[in-house]
Amino acid sequence: MSLKSKSISSKSSLNEDERLKKISPLRVLLNRPELGALGGSILVFIFFGIVAGDTGMFSAYGMLNFLDVSANLGIIAIAAAMLMIGGEFDLSIGSMIGFAGICIAIPAIYWGWPLWMSIVFAFAMAVLVGYFNGIMVVKTGLPSFIVTLAMLFILRGLTLAITRLITGRTQVPGLRVLIEDDPLAWLFATDTFKWLFTWLGSLKLIELRTDGTPLATGIPPSVIWFIALTLFATWILMKTRYGNWIFASGGDKVGATNVGVPVGRVKISLFIGTAVASTIFACIQVLDAGSADTMRGTLKELEAIAAAVVGGCLLTGGYGSAIGAAFGAIIFGTVSMGIFYTDVDTDWFKVFLGAMMLIAVVFNNYIRKKVTESK
Amino acid sequence: MSDYLVQFNNISKFFGKVIALKDVTMRLKKGEIMCLLGDNGAGKSTLIKTLAGVHKPDEGEIIFEDNNIVFDSPKDALDIGIGTVYQDLALVPLMSVTRNFFMGREPQKGIPFLKTFDVEKANKIAADRMGQIGIDVRDPSQAVGTMSGGERQCLAISRAIYFGAKVLVLDEPTSALGVHQASMVLKYIVKAASEGLAVILITHNVHHAYPVGNSFTVLNRGKSMGTFQKKDISREKLLSMMAGGEELDKLEVELQEMDRIHNKN
Repeated sequence: MSLKSKSISSKSSLNEDERLKKISPLRVLLNRPELGALGGSILVFIFFGIVAGDTGMFSAYGMLNFLDVSANLGIIAIAAAMLMIGGEFDLSIGSMIGFAGICIAIPAIYWGWPLWMSIVFAFAMAVLVGYFNGIMVVKTGLPSFIVTLAMLFILRGLTLAITRLITGRTQVPGLRVLIEDDPLAWLFATDTFKWLFTWLGSLKLIELRTDGTPLATGIPPSVIWFIALTLFATWILMKTRYGNWIFASGGDKVGATNVGVPVGRVKISLFIGTAVASTIFACIQVLDAGSADTMRGTLKELEAIAAAVVGGCLLTGGYGSAIGAAFGAIIFGTVSMGIFYTDVDTDWFKVFLGAMMLIAVVFNNYIRKKVTESK
Repeated sequence: MSDYLVQFNNISKFFGKVIALKDVTMRLKKGEIMCLLGDNGAGKSTLIKTLAGVHKPDEGEIIFEDNNIVFDSPKDALDIGIGTVYQDLALVPLMSVTRNFFMGREPQKGIPFLKTFDVEKANKIAADRMGQIGIDVRDPSQAVGTMSGGERQCLAISRAIYFGAKVLVLDEPTSALGVHQASMVLKYIVKAASEGLAVILITHNVHHAYPVGNSFTVLNRGKSMGTFQKKDISREKLLSMMAGGEELDKLEVELQEMDRIHNKN
């Protein structure tokens, strides 16, 4: 009993010197991983608002243009971000995009499959590739950098070799006619909210073509997918048990295993996630262009990782957010399109991309130090 | 019905030709703190892993609440109520207090297939539990990385208790801590025992063990040198036993010197 009273009497003094310092609201905000990307996006919009405000970049048509580019990148960036939070990399995203493209096009054009079946086939292949990446990393303990770098070459090579073997060329056109009446393709090929644009056009609020139809016809499918995936990924990370396992797996593999988190299964599922996201990207692009190209998606893996890093993901795992990655993608998409509206040579885009990433990494490192800093 | 909550009788563990543990016996009552003392290489880690169900003992028996128990995995040990807090604590510095507290065992709510992590409930429990120890977690969503070493240790222990530990196995809980932090952890261990838990405190620091322990088991080169009640043994005697018989005389002088300096502090 004397022990108990002792611990109670010492409680107040414990509170005094063990107490955490008062945290200012600014610090709380700074601790959010997406802050940098959000701020960056605002800066980018202000910049182009000043430089290119009167050029049509911010007309309905111009905005859908850069949103479309941002959204496409965003779809893969979000999946890449989740994998990075889980502590791994996927360098095979770009190759998977090309591979998924021909997985849709060749069966549909050369084997006479219905388009929906080819799409299902492409997603099945994506699950397989992701599973293979994951199981290799988990079972061998090799760095995912190496395993997926190998997959980058293997998939790109397969894509080229198979396409040339079957078709004799490196492009497979002729998909557009198959989209109509397909039970699945509309998911990746339909502009939405057309009525809104027609209505806005009739009010002369947005630009019209000479025939009176609006220049911007609807929200492209990429944007809908992008928004849906951002919300879905954020829900998973913040609101589900699986989300907590992702942070734990990336933060400390051994510790997570010790308290019963199925780290291997979590990582494998995240690799499947990036491969599936690449396939969504491929579906949208292939159906939009009406053709598959073996070189499609080249270097996209690096852009996706760059967007995730700008969005606040740590390269070492365990920290980051899907919303951050989404804003990272918006920054890159906006700048890559916005640069056309300025007098700046578009060659400078890559310089910007690199510089942006470098700044983000330095910033993220600083944040991590702040977050893990002991009193 | 025996007096003991848990008994480890004549536990032996061999790795090939190496005898890692031989005939180690430990018996604990509810509310008892037994300190397991031993120098590096004495077999402490092997014994912890045997208690935690990682290793299966080659000889001997484990009796928990009068039932003979065989652990097939660490999960079995957890399920009957032996909670082990390893030295690395299994905490992720970048994750919040709540997310760490419930890591791997998150409370859920909602309909099947759309179950969500019940963050509000988890926050409340985590803050409550930490409050009971006297650690005021203003914001349970703050990262564990911002906590001191002692607070982290307390969080890990508190987590083990919350998830049903009746026997706590603590691996060097104070070794990486300063004097003040260590005393905070030791205080919490005493409090946990006073609430009816049996605690096995593994350490090589007699100065931390002696004030809180009820009994002491000394391990040397895989063998138990015996279990002693606090009234039967002095701090100095324990120290010299840990060092082993042969070098005893030579070390005695050194140890006394160390003890003198320690007492001065």
